[in-house]
Amino acid sequence: MTLKLGVPSKGRLMEKTFEWFGARGVRLQRTGSDREYAGKVEGVEDVSLVLLSAGEIPRELSAGRIHLGVTGTDLVQEKLALWDQLVEPLEELNFGHADLIIAVPQAWVDVDTLDDLDAAAAAFRAEHGFRLRIATKYHRLVREFLRTHGVADYALVDSQGATEGTVLNETAEAIADITSSGETLRANHLKVLSDGLILQSQATLWRSRMAPLEDHSRKALKTLIAQLT
Amino acid sequence: MPTSSDTLARAASLRAIFEAQGAVLVEPPILQPADTLLDLYGEDIRARAYVTSDALRGEQMLRPDFTVPVVQMHMAHGAEPARYTYSGEVFRRQEHDPNRPNEYIQVGYEVFDRADPAAADAEVFALIAEAMQGLPVRPVTGDIGVLMAAVQGLETSPARKQALMRHIWRPRRFRALLDRYAGRSPVPASRQALLAGDAADGGAPMVGLRSSAEIDARVAALREDAKTAPISEQQVDLFDALLEVRETLPNALSRLRDLMVDMPAIADAVTGVTDRAEAMRARGIDTDALLFEASHGRSSMEYYDGFVFAFRAETRPDLPSIATGGRYDALTRRLGQGDEIPAVGGVMRPGLMLELEAGQ
Repeated sequence: MTLKLGVPSKGRLMEKTFEWFGARGVRLQRTGSDREYAGKVEGVEDVSLVLLSAGEIPRELSAGRIHLGVTGTDLVQEKLALWDQLVEPLEELNFGHADLIIAVPQAWVDVDTLDDLDAAAAAFRAEHGFRLRIATKYHRLVREFLRTHGVADYALVDSQGATEGTVLNETAEAIADITSSGETLRANHLKVLSDGLILQSQATLWRSRMAPLEDHSRKALKTLIAQLT
Repeated sequence: MPTSSDTLARAASLRAIFEAQGAVLVEPPILQPADTLLDLYGEDIRARAYVTSDALRGEQMLRPDFTVPVVQMHMAHGAEPARYTYSGEVFRRQEHDPNRPNEYIQVGYEVFDRADPAAADAEVFALIAEAMQGLPVRPVTGDIGVLMAAVQGLETSPARKQALMRHIWRPRRFRALLDRYAGRSPVPASRQALLAGDAADGGAPMVGLRSSAEIDARVAALREDAKTAPISEQQVDLFDALLEVRETLPNALSRLRDLMVDMPAIADAVTGVTDRAEAMRARGIDTDALLFEASHGRSSMEYYDGFVFAFRAETRPDLPSIATGGRYDALTRRLGQGDEIPAVGGVMRPGLMLELEAGQ
């Protein structure tokens, strides 16, 4: 059985991943037409390439269907409970940087910390009859973060995209999302809470603790890891 | 591991104890409307209960416990006084410990009775203690009402008391608030700037539902709060001493009475603990050996606001509590739409009881 390496199947994340591996003598490339998700690996023996959506890579790693995978820390921690028992981070790839943060309208001069958010949420609930809504796609990470810090009287509403716009559209009062430069936040009149950093994420090479290895693939894995790290 | 038929048989025999007390058997549906539970517990319930949905009824939850539906049923059309028993599966999401089951059988007993709260507390505790007899378990008790009374007795503004009350079940935030109100933690720079009147929003436009009037109201409340004198060191120390009470019931009571000299606000609640101890003794409970922990029941996501108890496995610290319970008067008020009734109850886990027996 060959070793399976899962990488993001499109966009900048794919290009950067290919570059990173290329700089270490492992040439990854897509084969066939632009639309076909097939690829190959040159420069090492017995490794096959699996092109996947970055969001699916955590699940494939945890199921042991791929041995190695490249995806963000945010996605691994959001999608896998007890992630450190399922996967091992081998190397940070130094791109795809993004912080998962909590942001509120800039006009909220009275809210700068989680403490403020909690108090504002209590008052908001009393005034409006429902909980202060925070739009996010990172439900588990945000909920655990807010629970750890004892914030109450909020509700998470699901937002799979254009999350910064939910406040303007009045479908949420605050957001929890990844940001790299903060430009989109500012453009939507939002600011980050000073203690609202939930997670710092970047593209990372992970090893599955669940994927079966026989002698042959174990050797291939060792060689590949030595070459990459 | 016990088989499910063994567990069901045990559940039936436990239920019979309560039926012999005149308890009415109730069978709430497994699927509960999500909005009631969400309204009670907030977002945290989603980490604990399974949520599902259909296009017709919207979000439903697989019941994470029986208490809420039993209270709703009683408040809607129950006669008084009332005693209920039930047994069946509850469902709990597990995201941290793969060894904990996400589905297990609970047997419970709930008492709605205005006549004598101390006697009702003792009744629930004694019946469960009897069912636990012979198992290597140790009970621990507490009383959230004592903590609430202590908060109400602090010499500070009503707004601060209200904020502390709101977080009595979130020990970490409670501590942060208490430290801030005592002037023990520094005021964040952003707050200082706001209070000094030079917090700039850079002319940011108002976006979202939270209005400028709401923002102004909170700024005014913060200014008001800044004028409030800090809670004294002595009061915080007393509160900490209260939280640290962890003794056998007679010793705990003696500690509470000592504290009462400087915290007269807890007097009624301490009398309640004394009355309950009396009622427990009358039911044959060895109160001299019974553990009382003032902070027991604070960190579990529950609705208890008075007596709380748990039976823990002495030989198996890895197991969750074998039985738990407590008083939840405030819950009946929230679900009662204007009505309320003193209520106390407890649940047991027959599966764990069998597992403990097998290990003996």
